[in-house]
Amino acid sequence: MTGESTDDIVVKIRNLTFSRGNRKIFDGVDIDIQRGKVTAIMGPSGTGKTTLLKIIGGQLKPEMGEILVDGHNVHKIKQKDLYELRKRMGMLFQSGALLTDLNVFDNVAFPLREHTPLSESMIRSLVLLKLEAVGLRAARDLMPSELSGGMARRVAMARAITLDPMMIMYDEPFTGQDPISMGVLVQLIRKLSDALGLTSIVVSHDVAETCEIADYLYIIADGKVIQHGSPDYLYKEGNPWVEQFLRGLPDGPVRFHFPGVGYEEDLFAGALDPTDIDK
Amino acid sequence: MMNSRIIEIVVGMFVAIGLGAFFFLAMYVSSSSAGSSSGYTVSARFENIGSLKTRSPVTMSGVLVGRVDTVSYDMERYEAVVTMTIQEDFNAIPTDTTASVYTAGLLGEQYVALEPGGEEEYLKEGDEISLTQSALVLEKVIGQVLFSKAEEGAEDNTDADEGF
Amino acid sequence: MWVLDKLQAIGKSSLGIFERFGRATIFLFHVLSGIGSLITRPQLLVCQLFFVGVLSLLIILISGLFVGMVLALQGYYILSHFGAEQTLGVMVAASLVRELGPVVSALLFSGRAGSALTAEIGLMRATEQLSGIEMMAVNPIHRIIAPRFWAGVISMPLLASLFSSLGVLGGYFVGVLLLGVDDGAFWSQMQSKLDFYDDVLNGVIKSIIFGFAVTWIAIFEGYDAIPTSEGVSRATTRTVVYSAFAILGLDFVLTALMFGN
Repeated sequence: MTGESTDDIVVKIRNLTFSRGNRKIFDGVDIDIQRGKVTAIMGPSGTGKTTLLKIIGGQLKPEMGEILVDGHNVHKIKQKDLYELRKRMGMLFQSGALLTDLNVFDNVAFPLREHTPLSESMIRSLVLLKLEAVGLRAARDLMPSELSGGMARRVAMARAITLDPMMIMYDEPFTGQDPISMGVLVQLIRKLSDALGLTSIVVSHDVAETCEIADYLYIIADGKVIQHGSPDYLYKEGNPWVEQFLRGLPDGPVRFHFPGVGYEEDLFAGALDPTDIDK
Repeated sequence: MMNSRIIEIVVGMFVAIGLGAFFFLAMYVSSSSAGSSSGYTVSARFENIGSLKTRSPVTMSGVLVGRVDTVSYDMERYEAVVTMTIQEDFNAIPTDTTASVYTAGLLGEQYVALEPGGEEEYLKEGDEISLTQSALVLEKVIGQVLFSKAEEGAEDNTDADEGF
Repeated sequence: MWVLDKLQAIGKSSLGIFERFGRATIFLFHVLSGIGSLITRPQLLVCQLFFVGVLSLLIILISGLFVGMVLALQGYYILSHFGAEQTLGVMVAASLVRELGPVVSALLFSGRAGSALTAEIGLMRATEQLSGIEMMAVNPIHRIIAPRFWAGVISMPLLASLFSSLGVLGGYFVGVLLLGVDDGAFWSQMQSKLDFYDDVLNGVIKSIIFGFAVTWIAIFEGYDAIPTSEGVSRATTRTVVYSAFAILGLDFVLTALMFGN
């Protein structure tokens, strides 16, 4: 379906297989993330979307398959090169993952202090610039514990873009947000992506918000890519499963009930168990 | 940043008093008979050294001048060989000095006591003290006393034995 | 069948222990390999010395003082039976410098600083801070764990020296000032009987080894904790328990090696 030249593909995932215990989380997944676009990866809870981001970031190793980020195989390159590559990948964790012992300013300054020899005054201007972009310049002296969830995520966003990465991965950016901060985050992701020419990967199960900003959607379930395409395409052409997921219908190809034996059978099974009667 | 400055000062104080405590232990609580590093070794042969051990003190007129380094046994001459390190400062000990093994108190630890002779030449690294006096073994002394008493035939010796 | 089941359970848990120990060893090598970044940025270490060392000072100083005072009281009681009150200083100082200083301060240290390290690292893991740091292309083991480890190893001998010193002073206070042991005899007997190399230095070596063990346990338990509140609380408990085992076990081995002959 994607006919572009490989140069336009920042992250190329081929035949990814990963399991946790006996459960297969990914089973031969292929994904292409295009440069400068917002790509959303959606799926029900527990489909390993966060795991996928960690695999792209090189924190987890897949059993099979290869992940090329900007042409480098994340799991084959040397530790040193992986760290170089990570400087060009931002990641926004669900919790924000701010360092709790540093205030907002120092959190955003952290990557700069670690990786650049810039003077304090330079760092200050850069940090204020990034904080201004997320609208939290005035909150720079607060500690992470004093921030609301949405603010923490915005600080984390400012931190993720301090090194001017080529891509940012957002892990469930909208979960547990009130409508206003959700709206702010949606706006920010789109704005950052357009203004900085960032490639964005959004992992989420908030359909409406994600579809609003995504250029391209991947829908994952049961370890496989079910369908992919632009949001419009999927709304129109989606198969019944995608239809159910996107529209949030309670019953459909995915049953309301957790798979198991029938209700009646279950009820009677307990009552008729002779050992129970004995006791 | 004021905060980090305070932390640095406090940590500096912590390390300083920690090292201070270590020096207190080194200087006031213990002594490092600097013998092993700065000093010279001499040896002496004894018929019996009692319970003399490595690091037992070596004294002159009761002043600590060194420590015992090694205690070994010469299988050819059937004698105990004691090497000891004398501190540098005590570098004018005559060669005809007598070394004796004494006991501090009645039941205390044993030590080597040096009694200077009158020679003009002084002991130096590797010398041997030829005049030695062995440790007094309590059982032997008691035995001798009892023996002499028995010879006098004055008393019953079993009583005295138990009474001791 | 019952016996086989039990045997299997024993085998399984002992394999688990070996597996964990192996992981802890690999982890330790990662931590040790991070020393380069500490040399270039000593302020990281200074900061951790504050949290690990300075904040443990109070409990160490007070405990040291009281342990020394109790030793003097008990020692005086026994020694006075033999008319050997003069050697009170020896008894107090020798027991402190050789055993109690390193051992008790390490036990206190594991309770004060070790558990805090485990909880801190465990929570950083639970809140994805370590992953976050890693994704910012900073090695969390070098940046977060290694400074804490070295801070523990450096603090421990300093704290143990302080503990012993305060203990000796506490013993002096009780023995000389309260019970009337002769001032000169107290110090001179102590000085002549305790050897710097055999007693003081061996004690310090012990405390360095204890510091190494306790901090290693603390950081590994934190890093290896199940990232939930329950997992972190269990890991914290394990730190204190395993540290106590390690300290007392190592103390036996080290004492046998150092003072054995």
